[in-house]
Order: sequence, then structure tokens, then C-alpha cells
Amino acid sequence: MALPSYASPLQRVWYYAFRVICGLVFFYLMFPILVIIPLSFNAQDFFTFTPEMLSLDPDGFSLKHYIDFFTNPDWQMATRNSLTIAPMATLLSVSLGTLAAIGLSQSHVPFKRIIMAVLISPMIVPLIISAAGMYFFFSAIGLQGTYWGVVLAHAILGIPFVIITVTATLVGFDRSLTRASASMGAGPVRTFMKVQLPLILPGVISGALFAFITSFDEVVVVIFVGSAAQQTLPWQMFIGLREQISPTILAVATLMVGLSILLLATLEILRRRNERLRGMSPG
Amino acid sequence: MTSTATDPHPSDDDLTGGDLKRRLARALRRQKIRALLLIAPLLLFILLGFIAPIGSMLFRSVENNIVGDIMPNTVAALQSWDVDSTELPPEAVFRAVVQDVQVAAQERTAMQLARRMNFEVPGFTTLMRRTQRAVRGWNVETDGPFRDQLIAANHDWGDLHTWRALKAYSTEYTAGYYLAAVDHTMVSGHVEALPDNQSIHMMLFWRTAWMSALICFMTLLLGYPVAFLLANVKERYANLLLIMVLLPFWTSLLVRTSSWKVLLQEQGVINDFLVWLGLVADDSRLSMINNKFGVIVAMTHILLPFMVLPLYSVMKTVPPSYVRAAKSLGANDWTAFWRVYFPQSVPGIGAGAILVFIMAVGYYITPELVGGPSGMFISNRIAHQWYVSGNWGLVGALGTILLVAVLVLYWVYDRVVGIDNVKLG
Repeated sequence: MALPSYASPLQRVWYYAFRVICGLVFFYLMFPILVIIPLSFNAQDFFTFTPEMLSLDPDGFSLKHYIDFFTNPDWQMATRNSLTIAPMATLLSVSLGTLAAIGLSQSHVPFKRIIMAVLISPMIVPLIISAAGMYFFFSAIGLQGTYWGVVLAHAILGIPFVIITVTATLVGFDRSLTRASASMGAGPVRTFMKVQLPLILPGVISGALFAFITSFDEVVVVIFVGSAAQQTLPWQMFIGLREQISPTILAVATLMVGLSILLLATLEILRRRNERLRGMSPG
Repeated sequence: MTSTATDPHPSDDDLTGGDLKRRLARALRRQKIRALLLIAPLLLFILLGFIAPIGSMLFRSVENNIVGDIMPNTVAALQSWDVDSTELPPEAVFRAVVQDVQVAAQERTAMQLARRMNFEVPGFTTLMRRTQRAVRGWNVETDGPFRDQLIAANHDWGDLHTWRALKAYSTEYTAGYYLAAVDHTMVSGHVEALPDNQSIHMMLFWRTAWMSALICFMTLLLGYPVAFLLANVKERYANLLLIMVLLPFWTSLLVRTSSWKVLLQEQGVINDFLVWLGLVADDSRLSMINNKFGVIVAMTHILLPFMVLPLYSVMKTVPPSYVRAAKSLGANDWTAFWRVYFPQSVPGIGAGAILVFIMAVGYYITPELVGGPSGMFISNRIAHQWYVSGNWGLVGALGTILLVAVLVLYWVYDRVVGIDNVKLG
């Protein structure tokens, strides 16, 4: 979309104006995320830049909010809870979701549309409705306020993402590979482990990352299904923002931005690998 | 000769052909069963752990057996009393109340009933508490008549209003919660609108709808140029720019909401900046948070990637030669864009718009944190009914209405885009 040399002045103006507009939108997208990073090093308990910070005076900066995060028992418990709930929920949704996605990608599945709609529904139903429904159900079976209750609830919320990413990878999967493997005498399990899984692994991993972040980021359902002992990081942040707004939240937010950068990088590497593999596979 | 030549042929064909067909059918059936077996664990998990719980929660919106269970005699005795009657029910009904309340007091269920009726008739809890205390020593057989004694215990028993409400809400299944969800009541025995100062739900449904539509429009307005740029620059740059869309997408909702809270508040970064520029006086800082403005700004930011990504994936597939062809045929830039490029990007707009709208309608966290009372969505009202009032029937009714709206949109989305075509990242 380079500007041709014969462009009229109006076209020139529009060409640059369009780029400025896009730049502003990118600024709008990125600024709120980037601004909290310097703010989290504020030496004062303010949510804005102090004069010392603006003049880059070292006294204006400190790690006190980070120290608070790493020493405060509430935040520590919340971190521990988040880090124990999310991986287990991810494991559940990925294992069940991958199997189901493989089943769904077969050529003759009865009621495929309805099944798909049901499996995707946790992503569509407003969280407050899911949360209220699951509260009653988990109370009835005695899982409300337990670790496993929250894990199961989060696994359900993560499943649609696994289904979507894995089925997308399976669309490009060459079926003759499983037939070739079977014709050479491998059983279905061996074929799956040795042929199919390595090829769809990028899809499975990106589904797992989605499921992980869904659980790691989730507030509404955990508030309903969990109890104080399952307080997660987002829950703690939610309380912090609603009641006693403390600048420690900015330190937590910065750490979480770091985590999302990490996730994004992983996904990008996977995408590249996937494209490379696709390029090599026949068809 | 002809018979011997043709005879083995069809029978042979029949045998192998039929056998082959049967074997094929069997193989197909086995394949189907295997596919279903792979899906079954997850499907069961979702059905049991998600669909059934939501169904049963929504069922609470019509369930109403509390009144009938706790006051069976009263409900039976009220049967013959007409709600439009201008006279109090006969003595038999008062007697039944005494009987029922005595049993309820013993079984400690009276306050359950009081709580249920209090959703409809404020003051019912007091009525029940006083009645419970009064009837304790009475003997149903000998101490009658009870009419005047009950009215003396609490004058609400002498009010037709109490009886009408009790009768109206005594059925085993009720439309009462749905009526409440659309700001109506039937305390008088007939459906009527609530007074304006108590009507909040329709206003909230309407606000949720128009604000979601506005947010959807804003994401389109901001997302379209960005997606266009992404689809039309060299892939190297596109990948780089895409990161600026994907990083917000992957960043925690709580992080983004809290940063908006930090930016928009009165002592926040934006106000400070405006004061420093001299655009705003220090004593008249803009209030950009705890109102609709804050919700729109924050939610547009949060949902923007959900608009850009589907738009981008559609725009990538639009061949650039079409626009070039249009220009070579004499179209100017605008005509070439509007008549040739734009129509081809419409599927992306449809996908993005429905996705953003579906997500916005059910939002809870962001309106709760940056919305304040004037930026509240229907989800916040549902949560409020849950926590503060514990009115689960109303939660169910409001939830059902919201869910039906979302499911209709989901169905449209499935028609337009196809759920198996949803792309993430």
C-alpha cells in the first residue's frame, strides 16, 4: 500500500492522515497497558505520576509495591491459589477437549451441529448466569467452596477454546497419515500418540494457553463457586479495586502483563512452527 | 444358453454388492460410534456440569411452592375467595392461617415464607413475625373466632391487599418473577405495571442493549481502519502491528479495567495531563469514571481486539486486484473502496459485530468497577439481586431473559459465520 509517485496532494494527505488515525488507535490499545508499568514503581501511594517521577528523580521510584505483593499473605495465598487452580483446570479441559475435537473432526458424526453448539456454549452464556447456575449445582453435590469445585467450573469455561483451536488444527490434518500408520500395524492409541498428536500439538498447546488464561483471569465464577480459601489473584484484584484500592494492584497488573507477553510469545512461536509444518505436509 | 450366461452374473453381483454395502454400513456405523465415544465424556461433562445447572437455575424463575407448602390450609381455604371481592375472607381462612402459622412456627419455616412474600409485599416479614408470636398460645379448636384477634395482632390481616397478594402468589408455578423482571406485579391479583420509581429492570435491559450497540459501533469505527492497515501492509509489518492488537487481547481483563480506573479517575493520569496542559482547571476536573462514559471507553478498549481479528481475517482474503480493476475502470479512491472493497469486508463486520455485542451484553466486571450506579448493566443487577436480596427466582427470570437474547444472537452468529469458523488469535 505504498504511495504511488503520481498521487495527488489530496491522496497524499489522506495517506498520512490514515496512518495517523491508525497510530492513534494503536496508542489507545497499548497506552493503558503500558502506563501501569512505570506507575507500579511509584514511591508514593498514588495512582498518578508524582513530580519526582516526571523529573526522573530516583527517589520517586521504588519497589515497595512489589515488596508488598511478595510479602503480604493475602496476595501470596491468592497467587498460590491461582497457580494451583489454573493448571489443573487446563489439564482437564485440554484432555477432554482434545479427545472430543478429534471425535468431532471425523467425517460422519451425527448431530454434529448441536454437539458443537453445546460444547461452545460456556463461552457464549453470560458469566453471571453460568456462575449462578454452577453455584446451585456445586452446592447440591457438595463441591461449592472447594478446590475441585472451582477447578471443574474453570475447566468447563476453558473447553470451548480447546475445541475451537484443536478443531482448527485438525482441518488441515492429512487423514492418510493415520491410515498409513494403521496399515503398518499401529493400534489407534499408538497412532494417536506417535502420528496425530505431534502434528496437532501446536493447536493443543494454544488451546491449553487459552484455557489457562481463561481460568487464570476468571473472577465471576470463582466468586460464586469458590469460598475465601479459593481466593484467586483476579478475585483479590477485584476486591482491591472495589473496596480498598491499593497501589499493590499496579505491581500485580505489571506482573500479569509480563505473563501475557510470555504467553503471546509462546503462541507466536507455535504459529510459526505450525505454518512451517503445514508448508511441508503434502496437500 | 442365455439363462446360464446371465444367471450367475446377477446373483454374483447381488452377493458381493450386498455384502459390500452391508460391510460398508457396518464400518460406517463403527466409525460413528467411535467418534461419539470420543465426544461422549466431554459432552456428558458439559451437559451435567453446565447445561443442567443453568437449566435448573432458570427453572427457579417459575417455581413457587413455598407458599403452598408452608400454608397449605390457608391456600386451600382461599380458593373460594375472590380476589376482586371487597370483603375480607371468611372466618375459615383466618382459622387456617392460625393453623398454618402454628405449624410453620414449630417447623421454623415461617420466616422462609415471610422472605418469599416480602419480595412482593414489603412488610410481610414484620407481619409474619408478629403473627407467629401471637398465635403461639392459641388453641385452634376453642379460642375462635380468629378474625379480630389476628387483625389485632397485626392490622395488615385486615387489609385486602395482604390477602390478594397471598392468593396471587400461592400457585405452585408462577409468572410472578417474570412480571417482576419486566417491572410488573400482580400483588392485587391482576397484572399491573410497577410505579415508575420502582421500575428499574426494563431501563437496565434497554441501557445494556443500547450501550452494547454503541460499544459495538465504536469498536467497528476504530477497528476497521486498523484491520484495513493490517491487511494491506507488508506481512512483516503486519505481524509486528498485530502484536499491538494481540497483547491487549491476552492481557487480563482485570488488569485492563484497573488501568482504566487509574487513568480516568479525578486524580488520575488523564486529568493530571489536562490540568498540566491548562485545558481543565484544577478545581473542575472531569469526572470520567463511575458513569456511562467510563464504561464505554473501557469496554471499547477491551472488546476492540474481538472486532479487529475477525475483520482482519476476512480482509486478508480480499484480492487487491479487484480494487485495482475498479480504479483502472475509472473509479476514484472512494468509489473503489465503497463499491468494491467494503462489500467484501461485510462478512468480517458481521462476525465481529455479533461477537462484540454478545460479549458486551453479558459484561459484569467492567461496569461493576468503572460504571457506578449510572453505568450499571443488567448483569450487575442480577448479581445485586443475588447478593443483597437473595431473590433467586428473580435472578432466574432476569437470567432467562438475558440468556434468550444471547442465544438468539448466537444462533444468528452461527448462521452468519458458523461456530466452527470461529477463529482465535
